[in-house]
Amino acid sequence: MNQVCADVEALSVLIAEDGAADRLLLATIVRKQGHQVLTAENGEQAVALFAERRPHVVLLDAMMPVMDGFEAARQIKALAGEALVPIIFLTSLSEEQALVRCLEAGGDDFLAKPYSPVILAAKIKAMDRLRRLQATVLEQRDQIARHHNHLLNEQRVAKAVFDQVAHAGCLSAPNIRYLQSPYALFNGDLLLAAYTPAGDMHVLLGDFTGHGLPAAVGAMPLAEVFYGMTAKGYGLAETLREMNAKLKRILPVDMFCCALLLNLSFQRRVVEVWNGGMPDGYLLPASGGEPQPLVSRHLPLGILAPEQFDDTTEVLPLALGERLFLLSDGVVDTSDENDQLFGVERLRRVLAANRQPALLFEEVLQALDGFRGRSRDDVSLLDIEVVEPQLSSPLPVIYSDSGQSSPLDWSLQFEFRAETLKRFNPLPYLQQLLQEIHGLRAQGGALHSVLTELYSNALEHGVLGLDSALKRDARSFASYYQMRNERLQALSAGFIRVHLRVEPLGQGGRLIIEVEDSGKGFNVSKVLARPVSEQGLCGRGLNLVRRLSRRAEWADEGRRACVEFAWEAQA
Amino acid sequence: MAVESVVSQDGKKLTIKVKGRFDFGKHQEFRNAYEHKPARPDSVVVDLKEATYLDSSALGMLLLLRDHAGGDESDVRVVNASSDVRKILAISNFDKLFDIS
Repeated sequence: MNQVCADVEALSVLIAEDGAADRLLLATIVRKQGHQVLTAENGEQAVALFAERRPHVVLLDAMMPVMDGFEAARQIKALAGEALVPIIFLTSLSEEQALVRCLEAGGDDFLAKPYSPVILAAKIKAMDRLRRLQATVLEQRDQIARHHNHLLNEQRVAKAVFDQVAHAGCLSAPNIRYLQSPYALFNGDLLLAAYTPAGDMHVLLGDFTGHGLPAAVGAMPLAEVFYGMTAKGYGLAETLREMNAKLKRILPVDMFCCALLLNLSFQRRVVEVWNGGMPDGYLLPASGGEPQPLVSRHLPLGILAPEQFDDTTEVLPLALGERLFLLSDGVVDTSDENDQLFGVERLRRVLAANRQPALLFEEVLQALDGFRGRSRDDVSLLDIEVVEPQLSSPLPVIYSDSGQSSPLDWSLQFEFRAETLKRFNPLPYLQQLLQEIHGLRAQGGALHSVLTELYSNALEHGVLGLDSALKRDARSFASYYQMRNERLQALSAGFIRVHLRVEPLGQGGRLIIEVEDSGKGFNVSKVLARPVSEQGLCGRGLNLVRRLSRRAEWADEGRRACVEFAWEAQA
Repeated sequence: MAVESVVSQDGKKLTIKVKGRFDFGKHQEFRNAYEHKPARPDSVVVDLKEATYLDSSALGMLLLLRDHAGGDESDVRVVNASSDVRKILAISNFDKLFDIS
């Protein structure tokens, strides 16, 4: 039937009336209006005819033999299901109670005898409008349901793919606890964690602008960069620069990603922090006391052009048992009925009141529930405990090659000069190179730690001439790293030489690493003679190097470190 | 109108006022406030005096406006922000891109 002439569309109308004269009269009126007519003499016939022919509109006499109109109405409505089949009761009844019964039985309207053709026509038309409206609503509802199912299925697939990428990391490490809604990805929330080759832990809590698919699309490339660069041993700064550049390139102008990144070194007991646009995270002391906020100091990722991007991080000392607590804006931005925000102060009170770390998430959620009665679905919480390094050991790396082509007898020397030291981190390249030595792979973590330590000693204490005593207490720690940045920016002379020598030894082989710098050197025997307890935050490096390597010596008044690793015959 | 825009008499300054919640619901209105203007104004002022709340999509809209007004060469000021709104701008460090007062 053509939609344009919907007004005069012929309907099929069922008329149930036991009086033959009335039945004929009604049939004539309705037919004259251009509709098709079906007739029944009682309720039972009417129900049977309805089941067979499915008319659009039903006119029912209330009082009929065999089955009355009320019962017929109930049965017809049941047969019609969700579709609206308007029933107009034909009645000579006039008392209110009877009319109410008509409506209660499922009638939509009634028509009093004697019948007026004009009113009947108008009522059929009005009922037809209702019928169409209902049909449209049902159709749209089904359509929405179909789209919704479709969307849910797409989300399920997208999430499954993404989970493969996102959970490739170490979120399941025993010292990490996190809470995230299963579909956080579609709120733009992102949580990633991975070990570096040296056993440090990189963590990212991010929040893309917006909701739904647009918020989720940036997550995949971001995760790829994060995991790829972390596994290759790049530091936070390089990883951040790459993530920012990538997002800037692929995202539309109004989309960006707030992010808080951590580089936790359990070996050296420090954490490096970069926060661009996320709510304050917190460093929670082991024994109560004031939480230290990790404040947002940068624009979110994906806004600034690569040359304007600021990758400056802050470095904080860590102690055993301390915890890092990160959260998404879903927590502080939860609002009550009066648009009051939960806010930072309420959160800090919850943190201060917490006695058992294991209950912190529950306490935060309870506070949110109490505040609003219902918390937002985009709350992400993350809690990382500072533990002994061996408790958070890196997952074994799986190598694809057989090891037959491993080089065994070579040496290489690099010299990195001022301009390079300023802006380039050579460690990932050196580490990549050393990974080719298959015999050393079992000691990969130790090797990376030692190399990192030697390089940063040569740079910070050697080339930049920073006094390690500055790091002795937590307060001066920050100024140490500030000074480090200033001196590095101003650097115009100096060098670090790295000499790598690999040679066969018995059935296996050995690697000798020499790191030499242009600095003033240091009194080796004095530093090494200090008891561990006095070495505090500054002396840990040398001890670490000695503990992790087979042999470690310092020559040329501390300007040259020489470290040896060895391996047995390969199985 | 929840978003009003006024161009100064000399045509050099565009002022955009946002009222109520500044979130994704205002997206189209906010874009209309600066797109399709006969001439590009030298400076844009976003007046948030009557804005009660601002979410991350509003930050995105501000970035779009900045881009439209010339990116790094643009002169976009955000004025009269309430303390709540100012906090949100501060967390994202948008003061590095916009003159906020």
